[in-house]
Formats: sequence, structure tokens, C-alpha cells
Amino acid sequence: MNFEQIQRNAIAEWEALENNEMPRIYIGTATCGRSSGALEILDHINAELEQKNIDARVIEVGCIGCCYLEPLVYIARRGHPRICYGPVTAEIATQLVTDYIINDNPRPDLALCSIGEGEIDGIPNLSELPMFKPQMRIALRNCGYIDPGNINHYIARGGYSGLIRALKMTPEEVIDEVSKSGLRGRGGAGFPTGTKWQLCHDAAGDEKYLICNAHEGDPGAYIDRALLEGDPHSVLEGMLIGAYAIGATHGYIYISAEYLLAIARLKTALKQMEDYGLLSDNILGSNFSFHIEVKEEAGDFVCGEETAMIRSLEGKRGMPYPRPPFPATSGLMGKPTNVNNVETLANVSAILLKGAEWYASCGTELSKGTKTFTLGGKVSRTGLVEVPMGITLREVIHDIGGDILDDKELKAVQIGGPTGGFLPASDLDLTVDYEHLTDAGTIMGSGSMIVVDNDTCMVDLAKCCLSFTQAESCGQCVLCREGTMQMLEILTDITEGRGKPEDIDLLLELGEGVKLGSLCALGRTAPNPVLTTINNFREEYEAHIKRKRCPAKVCKKFISFHILADKCQGCLICMRNCPADAITGGKRMIHVIDQSKCIKCGICLDVCPSRFGAVAKASGVQPVTPEEPIPVGSWGKT
Amino acid sequence: MSEKTREVMEGFTRDRSNLLPILQKVQEVEDYLTPQAITEISRFLDISENDIYSVASFYTRFRFTRHADHTIRVCLCTACHVRGGERILESVERELNIQPGQTTPDFKFSLERVACFGCSGLAPVLAIDQDIHGRMTPVKVKEVLARYK
Repeated sequence: MNFEQIQRNAIAEWEALENNEMPRIYIGTATCGRSSGALEILDHINAELEQKNIDARVIEVGCIGCCYLEPLVYIARRGHPRICYGPVTAEIATQLVTDYIINDNPRPDLALCSIGEGEIDGIPNLSELPMFKPQMRIALRNCGYIDPGNINHYIARGGYSGLIRALKMTPEEVIDEVSKSGLRGRGGAGFPTGTKWQLCHDAAGDEKYLICNAHEGDPGAYIDRALLEGDPHSVLEGMLIGAYAIGATHGYIYISAEYLLAIARLKTALKQMEDYGLLSDNILGSNFSFHIEVKEEAGDFVCGEETAMIRSLEGKRGMPYPRPPFPATSGLMGKPTNVNNVETLANVSAILLKGAEWYASCGTELSKGTKTFTLGGKVSRTGLVEVPMGITLREVIHDIGGDILDDKELKAVQIGGPTGGFLPASDLDLTVDYEHLTDAGTIMGSGSMIVVDNDTCMVDLAKCCLSFTQAESCGQCVLCREGTMQMLEILTDITEGRGKPEDIDLLLELGEGVKLGSLCALGRTAPNPVLTTINNFREEYEAHIKRKRCPAKVCKKFISFHILADKCQGCLICMRNCPADAITGGKRMIHVIDQSKCIKCGICLDVCPSRFGAVAKASGVQPVTPEEPIPVGSWGKT
Repeated sequence: MSEKTREVMEGFTRDRSNLLPILQKVQEVEDYLTPQAITEISRFLDISENDIYSVASFYTRFRFTRHADHTIRVCLCTACHVRGGERILESVERELNIQPGQTTPDFKFSLERVACFGCSGLAPVLAIDQDIHGRMTPVKVKEVLARYK
């Protein structure tokens, strides 16, 4: 079967599905959906359909990005757009089956939006939602929309047409096309992809490798996972195009063994490619041959660094090595090797499909296209978002992310994972591109964006980030190994009341030293959180050191919990939940916390009914409370 | 020699680049990397045991002692941290009286701190074996643990 026939069949299958009388129910069953119970909802819906004797197609799809609304269910009836509902409980699922599928009432009260052409009264279109309006989907173009287990869905939406176009060009022309698009590596460093390919293409040798870096070590980032779970073929097509351009014969996907679902989806996808002649020898009858192997690895954080990854693939300790020689000339097994990130490859397939000019029309002068971020922390709409380069941080955080939780104020945002810097609220008008982020002291990284509010202690947070990088340092560069350890000790001292005034300058000096004296990006960026928090929030460090206070009331050494005598109603809830038995009191008696027993876990504050609001956290000035339980109402009357 | 280890190795060629996948699979079937398994892998791949220990001990995923029935992993990524991950860890420590890296004396639970499950939309997150529990609070920790006891 040639590709034209494959494509015709795929389109016919897609259209038959869309135009079928049978309603379609799509369920987002990527990892984020599953951890919110999507599989239970799937079973429930199947049971419901069987019980009510309804013919409907149930299809699993990937993640559309609104993780805070999982599990998501989409229902489509012929001639109508898909309607998205979430979060869906078993009860809501039952209602939807009865109301929409049987009685044709789309339940606008439960719907989030409609997806696709056509309007439904009372339900906004996806593109009108505040979370989606500023977004532009290139890498995530199919995520949450197609069945990732069905190659025909991908092909029907233009998939593998980019490869067909590439195969009609010379490898040099393909490289030129990618260079013109302005695409830069989405793994963090932002090296131009076309240039990287050119270097590997020019390197001498018959045997070359292309590695897809799917090792997503950044805490808080799950872009690669979402792509591989939701649209594996977009990445695999990108690999084929890259391999054709550089002349690679073998490809590896380096993926964490914990990404079970992504691995399963990849393996299914590879099998389908083989069936269609899109893999191994003489792809689609051409002279181009390429084999792909999924490498389920034990990779630690540092293995995301390309030279460490190569060592790990060779069965050695995953430690980076000095460049040159660059992997492009001498990489895996000493052969020319090109390493590309998952998101980069998903962009490549789109670029070859729609052209370099189309891609370059979006973004800034030096950073083209889009970037996907995982937006997390204290915003109300957390999830996976893809935005055009050049958008401001304010648009990403406030327009897409929505309000800061609990009516708090935004204090800082961290971009680029645990080695990214913290930018203060005053930097919100910064545009998102490689240059501006680096200038501001942070990195694009693999694209996690964490928003923190006033309840967050910046010293404690810098310590949290550093404790991660310190543990993940491979240990070969002295400054990274010892420097991060010393910095962590100083930060621990500061948060535990042993800080000295000279510590701040010492941290700055050590931080600069670690950056200079480290071989790989881990060490060169590890001090970022500390340096940027000192630059932007120095007064917080000083409060810890000089006044022995934690302004955000986080560091245990400096805080205490108190039950406010004028608000406590003697309901016993905090007393029963206190794990340290530090609360005394009785029914209708004002409770009292024994400070010598209190372990400052904060559970009393969590469980105190909000209508009372009787538990307070203090750092510094402490509220006056009775020494022993007294009857409710008697406080202040004697 | 363990039957299971041999079966695992049959699926691989004698190529050093297979070391990590072999260790991975052996650990899956044997629960941890036993000294006997390391010896067998050393013979199979023709690399020294020292070399294998050097590699295996580099990666946090490999372990050399028996594992508990349930592994509790508390996420302490930045997103979970700002939503109270540290307090979740402390609650588990209190409930089970163990620290991260330790196992309860009855081998029922092991506790680990991890950096991310990639679902910070559900922060703070705690996983017991393959089950991910999102939006945790110290009070919910007690309820969740009770289901596994």
C-alpha cells in the first residue's frame, strides 16, 4: 500500500467516525486523568451504556491541558461539536448519558466548552475560554483530540505528510527548512535545531544515531509525557525527519522506566508504523532506512544532560563529559549522534507539514514558534499550556492561569524547574523567550512554571530547590558537589535560626563559584534559585538572620500556633486531630496549645472550621491567649 | 543461579549497553539486586562486579536490600512544596514512625521522597505503589494509609 492509499483510508475512517449516527464519548485517560480517576469513569460509562442498551463509541484520548478539571469527558453527536465536561464524577457521567445521549439535552450547566465547528446554545467554544484564548497549539495540536492508539487518526489530521514532503527533498533542503523556521531546542538550552542537525550531517561516518530525549527529570514538568501519551506519532514523525536529514540509521528514545503509559503508547505506535512501512528498511519504498528502539532507563536528573544520557545508554554511570568532542561528531559509541527533545521533534513534524514560513511567523525575532509550559503552584487553572514565544508572563499567569488561589497575591514565579530562578511580581511584563528569561536570571529549561504566593517563604523555597540539585549532582565537579552542599547547609542554618549576617554574601560568592566551576548545565544553573531570591527578596533573608522572623510564616523555628480565645467555640475538632496531643480543652471550653509539645504541623489550622477561624499562626508578635482552658465566652471578662 | 535472573538475561544480547535494562528487569523480578544476581550479570556481560556496583549505585532507582510490601513516595517538587508537600511527608513520617529511605520493621511500608510524578496539577501528591493520591492534606494521609494497613 502506498502512502496515498494509507492516507485515503485513514481519512475515510476518520470521517466515518465523525459522521456516524452513533454518539462518541471521548475520555482523557493520560496519566493526569488516571490519577483523578478517569479509568473508573471509563468503566462506569461502559457499564452505563450496556445497561441502557445504547450504541456508542467510547474512545480514549490524551491530555488537553486543563489538569485541574480532570477527569474530562467529551461527548459528540453527529453534526455537533464535541462538548467537554469536567471534572466528571460517576454521578455526572450517568446524568450525561441519560440527558445528552438519550434525551438530547447537552446540559450547558455541566459543560465547560465545545470543541470544533458548530455552536451549541449556552456553551462557549474552547477558543473563547480564558485559559485557551492566548494559547497556540502546535506541539500539542492533537493532544486530547485524537486516539493516540490509532495511527489513522494522526494520518487523517495531516500526520506523516511532513515526512512525505521531506523525503521528496534532499537532506540539505530539510535542514535548511528547519533552520529557516527558527526552531530552537526545547529541552532548555535553546540551541538552533537546524544548526545541530547540520553539524551531525557534516560529521564523517556511515553510522549515525538520533536520540530522542524523553527523560523529563524536571520536577513539575510533564510536557514530554503528555505528548508521548497523547500524540506519540507527532514525535516519531519528527524523529524520522531528523534521521533523514542527518543520515542516521538508528534511533533511541531515552525514557524514564516510570513513564509506563508513555512507553506502552510508543510501542503500539512503533508497531503501527512498521505495519504501514513507515519504519525499518526502505521506508515507504525510498532508500531511507531507520530503526527506533525504546530505551527504558533508570535515568537520574543529570541524565537529561545529553552527554550524561549518552553514557547512560552505553551502560555506564550517567555522568556528563567535557565537550568538544560534541556528540555531533563523537557521541554514542563514538559515532556522530544527535540528541533532540520530545517537544522539539513534535514541532519538527509540524514545520515540515506546514512550512518554515508559517512557523517563523509566530514568536519573536530570535525565538520562533511556541513553547509548552506546565503551569503549577498557586494559580487556579493549573495544567499544560502552549503559548507563542513573546507572550508576557502576565498573560500566561493571569490570563491563562487565572486568579491566585485563596485570594492571595502573586509573589514570584519560577521558570525552568528546580534550577530556574525566581522572578518577582514586578517582572510580570517580561516576554517569554530564551534571551529575556536568561537575562532575568532564569532559564527556559524544559518548561515548568511555578507560581508562588505570599504564603511562601523564599528562603525555604530556595532551600527546597537546592536540596534537590544537591542530591542530584553527579559529584564529579568539586564546586558542584561541595559547593551546593555548603550552600544547602548555610540555607538550613538560616531557616533554623543559626544564620549569620555574612551568610548572604557568602551564598552569593559560592553561587557564582558553582556556576563557573561546573561542567554541565546542572551545576551551572543550580545556584539560580538562591541567587535570584537573594537579589529579589533580600529583605526576607535579612528577616531570618537579623530579626529571627519568617515573614511568610513558614520556617518552623520562627513560628508558633495559637488558638484565639475570642473566636474558639470549644468544638474539640483541633484537639482530636492534633497528632502531638498538644491541645487541651473540653466541650465549650476555649482550647489552649501547649507550646512545649506543639510540633508545628499546622493541622489545627487546617481543621478549625472556617466559620470560627480560631487558629492563628504567628512569627514574632504572639497573640495573648489563656494559659488554661476556660469556658467559651469568659475570656476578657474577669 | 536464580531461574528468574536467567530468564531475564535470555531476552538480551551480551552487550554492555544492555546493563541498565538488565538491572532494571532483574530488580523487577527479584525485588532488589541480590549479590548473586550481580555475579550472574557480571558473567553474562563479561564486566567486573565492581563495575556493575559502580553503575548500579549511581542510579537512585536501584536498591540492594529487600523492599517493603508497599512503597510510599511523597512528591517534594516545587509545585508540591508550595502546596504543602513537606507537611505531607511529615505526616507520613509521624504515622509510620520512619524517615525517608527507611522501611517499617514489619516490611509493610517503605518511605521515599521523590521529585515529581508529573501531576503537579494535583499537588501535593503522594503515591502508594502505583496509585497516585492527589490534593493531599495531613488529615487525608491518615485515611489513605489506613486503607493499606
